[in-house]
Amino acid sequence: MAFFLQNLVNALQWGSFYALIALGYSMVYSILMLFNFAHGDIFMVGAYIGFGVATGLMVLASLWAFTLPGWLILVLTILLSMFLTSFLGMFVERVGYRPLREAPRASAAITGLMIGIILEILILWGMGTQRVSFPSLIDTVTYNIGGVFITNKKIMIVAISLSFMLALHLFIKKTRWGMAMRAMAFDYVVVPLMGVSINHIARMTFAIGSALAAVAGILFGVAYPVLDPYMGIIFGWKAFVAAILGGRGSIMGATLAGFLLGFIEIFVAMIFPSTLRDLIAYSIVLLILVFRPYGFFGEPYSAKLRL
Amino acid sequence: MSLLQVEKMTHYFGGLRAVHNYDIHIEPGQIRGLIGPNGAGKTTIFNLITGIHQPTEGVVSLEGKNLVGLQPYQIASAGLGRTFQNLLLWRHMSVLDHVIMAQYSRMTYGLVGAFFGTAKRKRQETEAEEKAYRLLELVGISGLANQNVLNLPYGDQRRVEMARALAMEPKILFLDEPTAGMNPEELLQMMEIIRQVHKEFGLAILLIEHRLKLVMELCEEIQTLVFGEVIAEGTPEEIQNNPKVIDAYLGKEAID
Repeated sequence: MAFFLQNLVNALQWGSFYALIALGYSMVYSILMLFNFAHGDIFMVGAYIGFGVATGLMVLASLWAFTLPGWLILVLTILLSMFLTSFLGMFVERVGYRPLREAPRASAAITGLMIGIILEILILWGMGTQRVSFPSLIDTVTYNIGGVFITNKKIMIVAISLSFMLALHLFIKKTRWGMAMRAMAFDYVVVPLMGVSINHIARMTFAIGSALAAVAGILFGVAYPVLDPYMGIIFGWKAFVAAILGGRGSIMGATLAGFLLGFIEIFVAMIFPSTLRDLIAYSIVLLILVFRPYGFFGEPYSAKLRL
Repeated sequence: MSLLQVEKMTHYFGGLRAVHNYDIHIEPGQIRGLIGPNGAGKTTIFNLITGIHQPTEGVVSLEGKNLVGLQPYQIASAGLGRTFQNLLLWRHMSVLDHVIMAQYSRMTYGLVGAFFGTAKRKRQETEAEEKAYRLLELVGISGLANQNVLNLPYGDQRRVEMARALAMEPKILFLDEPTAGMNPEELLQMMEIIRQVHKEFGLAILLIEHRLKLVMELCEEIQTLVFGEVIAEGTPEEIQNNPKVIDAYLGKEAID
């Protein structure tokens, strides 16, 4: 039982990363009907930005000879990196996707792939071929609760992820922009007539998705403190799987599927040799899709209303 | 100067001339009608004026302000509201949300305001909601405010569109076949709503309609469009007796 609970805790943490990234895929899909395949690499750049901000803050603190507590650096790092990474998202939207909004979907898809490669190479060029290690901002404390080992980091990661998901949910439900996003999921014709600029909402969606990816990147850095320029590829693909599994464009679906994917991976690894983990885990996902081709919350229709 | 002025508006879809030298001047508070057989270009005219398509040639202005080349959202904000022939509602959103959404540009609270729930945000949201209820009352569906639009019967969905268009506080309202698919009883109700709306807000209205009864009763002046050209223009009586109109609607034999 303890063994099971232990894996459950691990799966919650692992699923948080997938869910945070999958949200970005789903949000963009729901309003623009395209998948931003650069999103995994935005997650990677977000992690590097977090690395830069955290290192910068620590250097600043030591220069001016005052001590910043680690948790404060972490909070500042998350907020600043979200802010900075959101600009990357807006830039990608402006340069890569807006000119192609009316282009065939395939063109928009490869745009994402190309932007992804560019981002990888830029980071490789800027940071060198060495992996970098994310600064350890807070000390790990391990609690033993009835044989289940829970670290303070795990609790923090899951708590922060869940609070951002809740915040996003409230944003979409309650604010005028959220309302515009929900309406834009259905059409491009009437929404502008309500005085809403589609470009503005698209930019905002990319900004939010990228900021969430940055959060995922930093939390990943906290949990597994080694960053490399290609870390976004496999994570990006798996989060994309989660977004599809949740149902294209469904925020709730992406969150749940992200966690589900984490659970499947961790529990498969619990039973089978870890080399077979992805083989078995993704066979299960494939099987789910066979029975639920639209994902959990997806809908059969996908065309947007146009005139 | 008229409220809405359209002069010599022409539009081609590829090589096909959809609208040719279309003129209309609408004064504040006027109700005008646009009739014509299927494919005559009525909806195209709406789409051209509201900025969904760009006219190939011609002048369109609202209160003297040029509209050609503006984005649809700018034209809508300038005071031009419309409804659609094939109901364009947002599935999974409530009736109330539709009418609140239409007040998007009137809600000016910023991100910080949204995050901290400032007084400004609360005030604007309450105002938007109250106004939404007033409009739903006017079109007679305030009892359905929290229903999902998908659960509404067809006639009521049309009323949602009407309330949504009114929430933009337009100076002129374009109604594209507001009674399409309605039964005779709903038709009478819709006619009453249009009258009410006109009385309440003193709006100018341009109405596309297939049902001659509705147009004849509501409109002061009617244009008949055939193959993208106005073939007849005048009061309902003039239009009813115009041989060209009878020809277009009923065929030549009816005259002979």
